[in-house]
Amino acid sequence: MLRDITLGQYYQTDSVVHKLDPRVKLVATICFIISLFVVKSWVGYVVAAVFLAVMIKLSNVPFKYMVKGMKAIVFILLLTVVFNLFLTPGEVLVSVWKITITREGLHQAVMMAVRLSFLIVGSSVMTLTTTPNSLTDGMEKLMKPLKIFKVPVHEVAMMMSIALRFIPILLEETDKIMKAQIARGADFESGNLIKKAKAMVPLLVPLFISAFRRANDLAMAMEARCYRGGEHRTKMKPLKYAGRDRIAYGVLAAYFAVCIAIRIYL
Amino acid sequence: MSIILDHVDYVYGGDTALSVHALKDVNLVIPDGQFIGLIGHTGSGKSTLVQHLNGLIKPTGGNIYFNGEDIHDPDYNKKKLRSKVGLVFQYPEHQLFEVDVFSDVCFGPKNLGLSKKEAELRAYSALKQVGLQDEYFYQSPFDLSGGQKRRVAIAGVLAMKPDVLVLDEPTAGLDPKGRDEILDQIAKLKEETGITVILVSHSMEDVAKYVERIIVMNQGSVLYDDVPKEVFKHYKQLEEVGLAAPQVTYIMQALNKSGMPVAVDATTIEEAKREILRVISK
Amino acid sequence: MGIIKTDKLVFEYIRRDEEGNVEGITRAVDEVDLDVQQGDFVAILGHNGSGKSTLAKHINAILYPTEGTVWVDGMDTQDEKKLWDIRQEAGMVFQNPDNQIIGQVVEEDVGFGPENMGVPTDEIWARVEESLKAVGMYQYRKFSPNKLSGGQKQRVSIAGVIAMHPKCIILDEPTAMLDPNGRREVVRAVRALNDVEGITVVLITHYMEEIIHADKVFVMDQGKIAMQGTPREIFTHVEKLKELRLDVPQVTLLAHELKKSGVNLPDGILTVEELTQALLR
Repeated sequence: MLRDITLGQYYQTDSVVHKLDPRVKLVATICFIISLFVVKSWVGYVVAAVFLAVMIKLSNVPFKYMVKGMKAIVFILLLTVVFNLFLTPGEVLVSVWKITITREGLHQAVMMAVRLSFLIVGSSVMTLTTTPNSLTDGMEKLMKPLKIFKVPVHEVAMMMSIALRFIPILLEETDKIMKAQIARGADFESGNLIKKAKAMVPLLVPLFISAFRRANDLAMAMEARCYRGGEHRTKMKPLKYAGRDRIAYGVLAAYFAVCIAIRIYL
Repeated sequence: MSIILDHVDYVYGGDTALSVHALKDVNLVIPDGQFIGLIGHTGSGKSTLVQHLNGLIKPTGGNIYFNGEDIHDPDYNKKKLRSKVGLVFQYPEHQLFEVDVFSDVCFGPKNLGLSKKEAELRAYSALKQVGLQDEYFYQSPFDLSGGQKRRVAIAGVLAMKPDVLVLDEPTAGLDPKGRDEILDQIAKLKEETGITVILVSHSMEDVAKYVERIIVMNQGSVLYDDVPKEVFKHYKQLEEVGLAAPQVTYIMQALNKSGMPVAVDATTIEEAKREILRVISK
Repeated sequence: MGIIKTDKLVFEYIRRDEEGNVEGITRAVDEVDLDVQQGDFVAILGHNGSGKSTLAKHINAILYPTEGTVWVDGMDTQDEKKLWDIRQEAGMVFQNPDNQIIGQVVEEDVGFGPENMGVPTDEIWARVEESLKAVGMYQYRKFSPNKLSGGQKQRVSIAGVIAMHPKCIILDEPTAMLDPNGRREVVRAVRALNDVEGITVVLITHYMEEIIHADKVFVMDQGKIAMQGTPREIFTHVEKLKELRLDVPQVTLLAHELKKSGVNLPDGILTVEELTQALLR
């Protein structure tokens, strides 16, 4: 059920991509997403697809596993495609009753589908190969300049990493409470929207109480282990660029340059 | 009236390398009115097994019959089944949600579509059955002690008037007295109402004192299914699968080996005491 | 003075009703005097609500006394300047294994404490390695905590504390949520710390089997210390323990019952061997 959502959950294996500095992966993901909107021709998408395929291959994460993670967003994907397909005006290809499909619509829908799925697969390559902790470390380091503007960078990073640690635990708990209430005759499925919303109360109240209890316990455990914010802290795994990271930046720059070139010359 | 599990298999995680065979060819008959202990270490499949009994999990192979009817027949009324086979989960107090104890216990009967009056009558008698005093009825369940919360949660299931009561580690986290109180209360309830009780536990000591039949699970299969005395004879095999017989069994075995002619099948302190006194007085 | 000492420690909290009006004052810890020597293995027993956890939280300066004083290695826990020294010297392991692991990977979690203390990176790695080895979890260092059993998670939590190089470690019902195998794993790890590393251990529990090897046992009831002594002395008082909502191991109980029926046995039998020998004499 809920546990099937693999989107963004770290996949443990050994690969070059896993070993890359999280900052490289963050920057690369952002660049990749931008590149999807830079290129506008089919050649561009082929280049992006090749880039992505190579990354997936290098990451050693089974492609099947990635596709499984996509299931959760299939609905959004379909919705976008349908909207684009039927609602874009232009040269009519097919027309049945009130539904018309235009050449532009078809083009737009395919483009959007490709962009969205590339975007999601691209960012999941990052989250699948980077532990949430190093990801937040990377963000903390990248956003460090924002400290001048009094942005609590360390705190935000810590919050994110804790949230990520507790997501699987809370999902499991949701599953358990749901089952327990079903065992007491609760019905989470039938009825109209209001009835359904009401049926959530026996699930949400215990879940919130449990989340608060956990938060309380965790805060105490952190304090007991001398946590006092970002000051005085050292790092077990400090971020340091290695040779492969420089190469990765090089490859990234080359890829981005190609994308821009395609945009300009094709 | 009984529950029959016929070649029940349960595999989760699909057909990938990550799939887990949680239950393997489980065959059981649970007749009316038995007091059963279901034992196994964490991951042995006992919690998965009990969730099959009220249809929360559908087996990937085999069938489950309640009173002769296949519970996964498309026409079968699952909600009715869940009221007949009451399942109390581990740490059941984590599922309390209402503003007061009494309303929380009414949740189950109300879901069955009973009238407000009938639901309240059932809630009242269920709270009495678990031995909660009237003064707590209109308090917030979150203000009660751990043991009391657990009683409220058990009452929440009892109020559905089940024929079979399944309790998944009802004593986890309680202190020794709290543990004995809950188990005594369950034994009393069993005595008074004659319902079938299935007690899931890690603890042989707890179970030996109360149940008439022990089912030992290991790696998804039924390892032993017999009266306690017979099961504990396999104490060496039980150790191999990460379980142990009650300490009493070890005492009797040790005495017997050292030359004191005691019978080794005592399972409770009371039995052991009688046996030792019998041998000594001779 | 011992490593942990309390003098007439009192902790009170104010109960309020839903509107925030004061309903009354509860005395969770009531004039407790405790003196734990360096290297001791001390067990604190008590039923749920006896005040044992509240007492424990004072040693790590999570709670502060309403009256009286707590010293850890000679430092008063109310001295704010010493707060972080106290928390480093008196490490704490809690009940729920899920709610105290911060890291997403075992080794990162163990490194959390040293990171907070500002230990240099190389030394953090050395400490993480040695701590995980001490609890027998080194081969799991790359695992996600979610993939571990309860007993393993608790051992990781213990490693997380020893990586801070504490002088003593307080375990607040570390086994309450575990199965028998998990309990054995944790108790074995804790005993090894005490025997091999010489770390002072304060183990809070309501499982009697876990305290048999303790040097000293305190039994708490209603915030007070109701009994104290060696495990053998404590287990002599079977009836008193029952009154305090506790029990004794089956072998001790059987010996006690036999004694009541007129069999001549010594007091405070703790193991199967002791009972067999005594009966065969």
